[in-house]
Amino acid sequence: MKPITVLVSVDSNSVLLGARHFLNYLRDLVYDHNLGDVVEILETGSMGVYPEGVIVSILPDNVFYLVKTEEDVRTIFEEHILKGRRASRLLLDEGKVKSSVEIERLTQETRVVLKNVGEIDPTDIEEYIARDGYFALAKALQMRPEEVIEEVKRSGLRGRGGAGFPTGLKWEFTAKTKSDQKYVLCNADEGEPGTFKDRLIMEGDPHSLIEGMVIAGYAVGATKGYIYIRGEYYGSIEILRKAIEQAYEYGFLGENILGSGFSFDLKIRLGAGAYVAGEETALIESIEGKPAKPRLKPPYPPTYGLFGKPTVVNNVETFVNVPRIILNGADWFRSFGTPSSPGTKVFSLVGNVVRKGIVEVPMGTTVRDLVFRFGGGVEKGRQLKMVQTGGSAGTFIGPDKLDVPLDFDSYGKYGVSIGSGVILVIDDTHCAVDLALTVMRFFEHESCGKCTPCREGTRMAVDILTRISRGQGREEDLELLREIAKNAGEASFCGMGQSVPVPLLSILDNFEEEFRAHIGAERCPVGVCEFVRTSKKLKVK
Amino acid sequence: MREAILEVIEKARKTAEERDILINTLHEIQRMFGNFVPPEAIEVISEELKVPLSRVYEVLTFYTMFSTKKRGKYVVRVCESLPCHVEGGREIVRALKEELGIDFGQTTPDGLFTLETTSCLGLCGVAPVIMVNDEYFGNVTPEKVRELVKKMRGDAR
Repeated sequence: MKPITVLVSVDSNSVLLGARHFLNYLRDLVYDHNLGDVVEILETGSMGVYPEGVIVSILPDNVFYLVKTEEDVRTIFEEHILKGRRASRLLLDEGKVKSSVEIERLTQETRVVLKNVGEIDPTDIEEYIARDGYFALAKALQMRPEEVIEEVKRSGLRGRGGAGFPTGLKWEFTAKTKSDQKYVLCNADEGEPGTFKDRLIMEGDPHSLIEGMVIAGYAVGATKGYIYIRGEYYGSIEILRKAIEQAYEYGFLGENILGSGFSFDLKIRLGAGAYVAGEETALIESIEGKPAKPRLKPPYPPTYGLFGKPTVVNNVETFVNVPRIILNGADWFRSFGTPSSPGTKVFSLVGNVVRKGIVEVPMGTTVRDLVFRFGGGVEKGRQLKMVQTGGSAGTFIGPDKLDVPLDFDSYGKYGVSIGSGVILVIDDTHCAVDLALTVMRFFEHESCGKCTPCREGTRMAVDILTRISRGQGREEDLELLREIAKNAGEASFCGMGQSVPVPLLSILDNFEEEFRAHIGAERCPVGVCEFVRTSKKLKVK
Repeated sequence: MREAILEVIEKARKTAEERDILINTLHEIQRMFGNFVPPEAIEVISEELKVPLSRVYEVLTFYTMFSTKKRGKYVVRVCESLPCHVEGGREIVRALKEELGIDFGQTTPDGLFTLETTSCLGLCGVAPVIMVNDEYFGNVTPEKVRELVKKMRGDAR
């Protein structure tokens, strides 16, 4: 090991802030000064937050810098690396340092899923192995498949894609179905707006996902697996391809894994732009080379999935939890989170929040902690108006519900959904009608068109909300919207249409006054919607 | 052309399970032609993979990343999802429409730009985000996107 190690985040978000460029520049500087034997420069995943620049950390000093320009890189190099003193101008400022202290605490306390993200070079399998990588697989292969399933069942792990279905149970159904061929699919079609945790997990720690999938394969008796990933996730696809290649080379994939007699093949299949492909049966259809339209359920994938064979479908984050559970045991896993939702959850903090990024906390953490303690509060000193939790198919809540602890039961208990773990912070410059319209436009655009309540319901909701946002709303419109939401929720074919009422009813219920204030008014009460005055136009004519 | 398409299909076949290579193949072929899949190619794919022509068209028109029509040299995609929207996404959409003089789904008369909308790209840490072909741009402002369009116009000349 070299005396100084520099870690640079090169996840997709950081790359857009110039990470690659800074990295190359730093490498040149080190090379020019002939310090190649002293300074190790490593690429790593997200270190959690994006305060408008790339985070660079220097070990063993454990100092975090924020780099925005080439000049900043030079300063850090000259000050910290050459002269051995801190480049104080570029240290993450006090507020941010506090955040890194928190991230550090988190690293010690609750980094289960993100254990390796931002710590290892994702393109080097040996770094993963050095941190107990593939040890869980070795352990699982010495257990009987039923024992593996039992351990996952006992851990209480529930699907992190949003539905929260018990993972062990899903595996058991698949294991018990007799078939000549079974499959394990990873749903990496991360499409829920605001979610980018899976992207950062795959880009920062791809081998944990692979390991989790192989263990699942062994447990249910599947010998083939697919990772279905969004076609737009170029960076993640590349890293995964490389990781799979390395896993084959080292014998963690392919024939007779670790001499156990168990074989498992893993391939990548790309999505091509369809939100609904995140629904598990639509995803299966897509892999089969068809439009991503959901199937009628039952039968469910554990009995009738890909090519009609028993299939396990889990989210990226779910699979990544598996090696941790096998290695440390179900009791250890249950020591995090809440009794009904054990473990941690990776949240994506987005919108008008000071520190955007991903954060891993125990299940049951409150919305307030996520927004203020980890997110640093609302940007530009503005007031918090609402938070959308769980993604576009999630709930809009006002500041009165900030103290709700988030887990898989919080929707049923308090009307606050955890979904895919999005915390979208919205400040007081935004208008509820405009937000509802934007969300419904998204649903209208993404509706696959297969069933009427979803296809027509979302279209009508957009029409009505457009009308309200133009100042032409009618008294009966709110009731109409509620009815549409109810119909879509009850009569839609798949989970997508069924989730329409979640955002629509929550924003109508929690911000009803603001909707009413648009109807029969002269202008948008918040000043966002642009009213079209038909009566005036008529007069001009 | 036929040979090139056959080559892509042969390569894909090596990893084929059953019918699972259509979408990956279409991605490859679309890249080969720039940013669309022309009718001639669709016929070859249909024959070779033994997938009915109607099915290939159904798939091509279902997914937003595919196109059966020639698109501009630069396909500009703007995220319209809520996380970008609350960070000024609406102004970005407006600036792009104005600067390019076209609406979503249209191509500029000089064939340089096609404007499309996209759902969340998972880069919300640096919202608002746009994509040009397969390159992302984060933390954009109306000024930045106008500059970008001007730069691309200059590059194309």
